[in-house]
Amino acid sequence: MEKHIQLPITRETARTIKSGESCLLSGVIYTARDAAHKRLCALLEEGKPLPFDVKDATIYYVGPTPAKPGQVIGSAGPTTSYRMDAYSPAMIAAGETGMIGKGKRSPEVIAAMKEYGAVYFAAIGGAGALLSSCIKEAEIVAYEDLGAEAVRRLRVENLPVVCVIDSEGNNLYETGREAFLKTLQ
Amino acid sequence: MREIQASVLTDAIRDLCIEANCVLPKDMQARIGQARKDEPFPTAQGILDKIIENYGIAEANTVPICQDTGVCCVFLKIGQDVHIEGDLRAAVDEGVRRGYGEGYLRKSVVKDPLRRVNTGDNTPAMLYTELVPGDRIELTVAPKGFGSENMSRLAMLKPSDGVEGVKSFILKTVEEAGPNPCPPIVVGVGLGGTFDKAAYLAKKALMRSTDVRNADPYYADLEAELLEKINALGIGPQGFGGRTTALAVNIEWMPTHIAGLPVAVNINCHVTRHKTVVL
Repeated sequence: MEKHIQLPITRETARTIKSGESCLLSGVIYTARDAAHKRLCALLEEGKPLPFDVKDATIYYVGPTPAKPGQVIGSAGPTTSYRMDAYSPAMIAAGETGMIGKGKRSPEVIAAMKEYGAVYFAAIGGAGALLSSCIKEAEIVAYEDLGAEAVRRLRVENLPVVCVIDSEGNNLYETGREAFLKTLQ
Repeated sequence: MREIQASVLTDAIRDLCIEANCVLPKDMQARIGQARKDEPFPTAQGILDKIIENYGIAEANTVPICQDTGVCCVFLKIGQDVHIEGDLRAAVDEGVRRGYGEGYLRKSVVKDPLRRVNTGDNTPAMLYTELVPGDRIELTVAPKGFGSENMSRLAMLKPSDGVEGVKSFILKTVEEAGPNPCPPIVVGVGLGGTFDKAAYLAKKALMRSTDVRNADPYYADLEAELLEKINALGIGPQGFGGRTTALAVNIEWMPTHIAGLPVAVNINCHVTRHKTVVL
């Protein structure tokens, strides 16, 4: 069963989403990868405002392919999240409540998720053509010079993700594997 | 001596960039389809269904299977009786430039590793050339995503580590990669040679169809054994648990020094893309 989640996700809502739950996200999310995170965190350090409201924001780690004529966006699957680990604790402290990517996170990120109330989702890596059909609007809001890595505001409908790590630190990458290995015994 | 205009390569590379990025090779489709049939874990079945749906959409609409359309690896096996008229390097990069531009593919190359300014056209290609007998050119274009490339490893083992040392290094590499390289993966292994040749062989191993096992029965058995051991790790599609962690293990080997046992593991994702033509 999939859980429908209307964005934005408040800190309270974040605490109700549990590891292992399949979710369909609808509403506004922002995109950022390595280069954009570096700039965003530099702004945070200087105490300057970000180019979008980070409070209760969900950030999708994605660098889409260019849209073909008639398309909203090109293929748009997740990139590997650990490269954002250096930046995520600061983003969470600033108000971010949701992250969408794929792959493992650092203990520091998980500690920040627990402290503030944030959730880490995975979208299916390598399913960029499928995921792009859930993106209904896309516009660049910052760092256009970064090309695929620019910050985009996306409106998504029923974007399929799985909660991998919840605000209590439960981790599907550990529990899913254990559950499968148990079936072999 | 047969003459081939460099522009012929440009046109072919342009087309192959687009096709390789939008159409998953039939052998990979067969491996994923079979894995879905063999997968007992419900979560993993669901993920494999989505992966199959995704490459179907990509092929039907000529859109990239994955947004990481990669660095463009171009392999040229050039017959020694061929003369290429024109600048080969420029012709290859022009093909990549046109393929990635006209095909709406992502430009994912930075000009230098530290200052990191995007080149804007996905050039330069990673170009590999090999001289072979004959008067033809075999051209392979293989877009390589970096989610999986980043999880690749190389070790200079001791001869005394033997086959057990090789196996444990490969398993450790896959285990540590876990969900990061978008499993189910294809594992390319290079054994022997020198430090650099081992890495090259591992990349080359990923160019071999997963329908084809190593010609040497000893290494074909090793490929099968490693695939079974990797799929007993339980990582599963996307790392959510399951049987299907790898779709194939391809090993390439060559002679090496009496003092060494180089082993390189080049990981590729379920979107293992390559397309070959002979000119």
